[in-house]
Amino acid sequence: MITDSIVLANAIRKHSVRMVYRAGASHIGGAMSMADILGVLYSSELRYKPDNPQWDNRDRFILSKGHSCVALYSALALCDFYPIEHLDDYGKEGSFFLSHTSHYIPGVEVSSGSLGHGLSMAVGMALAGKIKKKDYRTYVLVGDGEMNEGSNWEAMLLATQKGLNNLCLIIDYNKLQGYGRTSEVLPLEPLSAKVQSFGWNCITIDGHNHDDIKRALAEAKQTTGKSTAIVANTVKGKGVSYMEDELLWHYRSPNEQEYNQAIKELEL
Amino acid sequence: MRTAFVSQLIKEAEQHPDIFLIIGDLGFNVVEEFAKKFPDRFLNAGIAEQNMIGVAAGLAKEGYNVYVYSIANFPTLRCIEQIRYDVCYHNLSVKIVAVGAGYAYGSLGSSHHATEEMGMMRTIPDLVVASPGDPIEAKAITTLSANYQGPMYLRLGKAGEKQVHTTSFDNMMIGDIVALKQGSTGRSALLATGSILHYANEFISEKGIDTSLYSVPFIKPLNKQQIKELAQKHNNIIVLEEHQKSAGLGSAIIEQVSDMYASGEISVFPKIKRVAIDDCFYHLSGSQAFLRKNAGLVLHENMFE
Ligand SMILES: Cc1ncc(C[n+]2csc(CCOP(=O)(O)OP(=O)(O)O)c2C)c(N)n1
Repeated sequence: MITDSIVLANAIRKHSVRMVYRAGASHIGGAMSMADILGVLYSSELRYKPDNPQWDNRDRFILSKGHSCVALYSALALCDFYPIEHLDDYGKEGSFFLSHTSHYIPGVEVSSGSLGHGLSMAVGMALAGKIKKKDYRTYVLVGDGEMNEGSNWEAMLLATQKGLNNLCLIIDYNKLQGYGRTSEVLPLEPLSAKVQSFGWNCITIDGHNHDDIKRALAEAKQTTGKSTAIVANTVKGKGVSYMEDELLWHYRSPNEQEYNQAIKELEL
Repeated sequence: MRTAFVSQLIKEAEQHPDIFLIIGDLGFNVVEEFAKKFPDRFLNAGIAEQNMIGVAAGLAKEGYNVYVYSIANFPTLRCIEQIRYDVCYHNLSVKIVAVGAGYAYGSLGSSHHATEEMGMMRTIPDLVVASPGDPIEAKAITTLSANYQGPMYLRLGKAGEKQVHTTSFDNMMIGDIVALKQGSTGRSALLATGSILHYANEFISEKGIDTSLYSVPFIKPLNKQQIKELAQKHNNIIVLEEHQKSAGLGSAIIEQVSDMYASGEISVFPKIKRVAIDDCFYHLSGSQAFLRKNAGLVLHENMFE
C-alpha cells in the first residue's frame, strides 16, 4: 500500500511502460496522462479493501478508456490487490491481463475497451447507491476523444435528472485521440461550459498537479444536488520526453533503447 | 487485408468520383494516402459510430458511395439500428468496413472480438455480407463494392494474412462460392470463410486429406444453385468460420439445405458439421491462433470420414 500519491503515480508510470514494452503493446500515451489521477485516487481518495475487492461499501471506480488499462493494473498491484509479479503476465497467452480493462482482475469493476460505455454504467451504479441509501461514491475516468460518443451526453442528462452528487466524472483531457488532435477531430471547447450547461458542477484543473486533483475531488464530495465533472488538463505520454504530446505513442511500443531511456527519465 | 482493401480503394476512387471514405478516429498508417489524395472525399467522424453511420447514409442519399472504416464491433454492433434503418431500409450505398474479424485483435479482449456481428448483419434485408478469405479476395470484393449500388458489409481480417489464391479474380460476382480444391471421391467438402481459410487449406494439404475445399466470401446472399450442387454432390459438409455457431455461415447453409430438402429440391440431407465458436466469450489474453484453438476452431482428420 502506497499512501504518497506522487510515489504511487511514478510507480504506475514505470510499471506501465515496462508492461507495454514487454508485451509489445500499444496505448502507453493515455496510460501516462492519467497516472497522476490514479495516483491520487488510489493512495488517498478511494475507499477499498484489497483483500475484499467486492466489499459492499467500497467506492466504485470505472476506467472507461479501457485501452489505458496498464496504469490501472499497475495501481491495483501497487495497492496490494494482487502481487506485483502478476503484471509480468500482461499480454501473455492464457493470462487474465488483457490489453483492455478486464473485470476478471481483482479490483476492476467493469470491463471496457469499447469507448463510451463507462459513464452510463457509472450512472447506474451511483443511482443504485442512492436508492439503497449507501454512501459509496462512484468515479469514472474517460478520455477526451471518448467524449465524442453521444452516450456520455445522454448519461449526463440522466445524472442531472437524478441529482447524482455521488457521481464524479474525470475527463483525461490530453488533447489527442485516435487519429488526430481533439481540437481538430471534433472540438469539445468550450468543454467546461458544455458540461455545466448539462446541469453539472464542473472543475477544471491541471491533471498532473496532485494538490489540484485532491482539491477537486474534495469539492466534488461537498457538492449537493448535482454530479461533478473534473476536466483534467493533461499531456499524453506525460513523464517520458519523446512520448509527450505525440500521437505516435497511442500506437507504438517502445524498443529496448526507448524503454531504457523512459525508465531513466522516470527515475529522476 | 486492410492494406489490400485500402490500396484497391484508392485505385477505385481514382475511377469513381462518388467514392467517399469515413473513418471512426482510427486507421493510423493505413488511410493517410487516401486522405491526402482525396481530401474532399475523406472525413474523420470521431469516436461516434452511431452518428457516423447516419452521416454516411445522408452522404449516400446525396449520391456518394460511402465507405465507413472502423474496428470490429464499432461500425457494426454499436450502430446496428442506423445500419438497419437509415442505410438498409433506404437501400443506400454505404459500405461498412470492419477490420479485425473474429479474434484478429486477440489479446485486446472481448470488446475487440468480432464474433457475433456476421450473424446480426445477415438478418438485415438488402445487406450484402462479404467475408473475404485472403487479400486477393479482399481486393476483388473492394472492386465489386465500388461498382455496386446498395448496402454492403465487408468483414476484413487485419494485417499480414497470407494469400491462399494464386491468381487474382477477373470478375467476382456477389454470392460466388469459390472452389479451391476438388476431392477425388466427392464425398466431403470443407467450406471456410474469412482468414481462417488459410488454416483450412494448410490443414488438408499437410494431412493429405482427400476433400474438396471451397472459400465462401459471401455469407449473404448465398448462391442457391451452388449450395444445391454442393449438397447433392457431398454427403459430408464441414463449415469452418471464426464466429459464433449461432447465425453464422454454417447456420446459413443448414437453413438453405433444410429449405431445399423440405421443398423436395434435394432428396438427401447431407451431414453438415459446424466448426465455430460454441456460444461463449473468451476473456483470456492470447494471439489469434491461441484463441482460435481455445475456442475449438480446429479441424480433425476424422471429421472428413
Ligand atoms: C467505440 C470505440 N470506437 C473506437 C475505438 C478505437 N479507439 C481506441 S482508443 C481510441 C482513441 C481514444 O482517444 P481518447 O479517448 O482521447 O483516449 P486517450 O487519448 O486518453 O488515449 C480509439 C478511437 C474504441 N476502442 N471504441
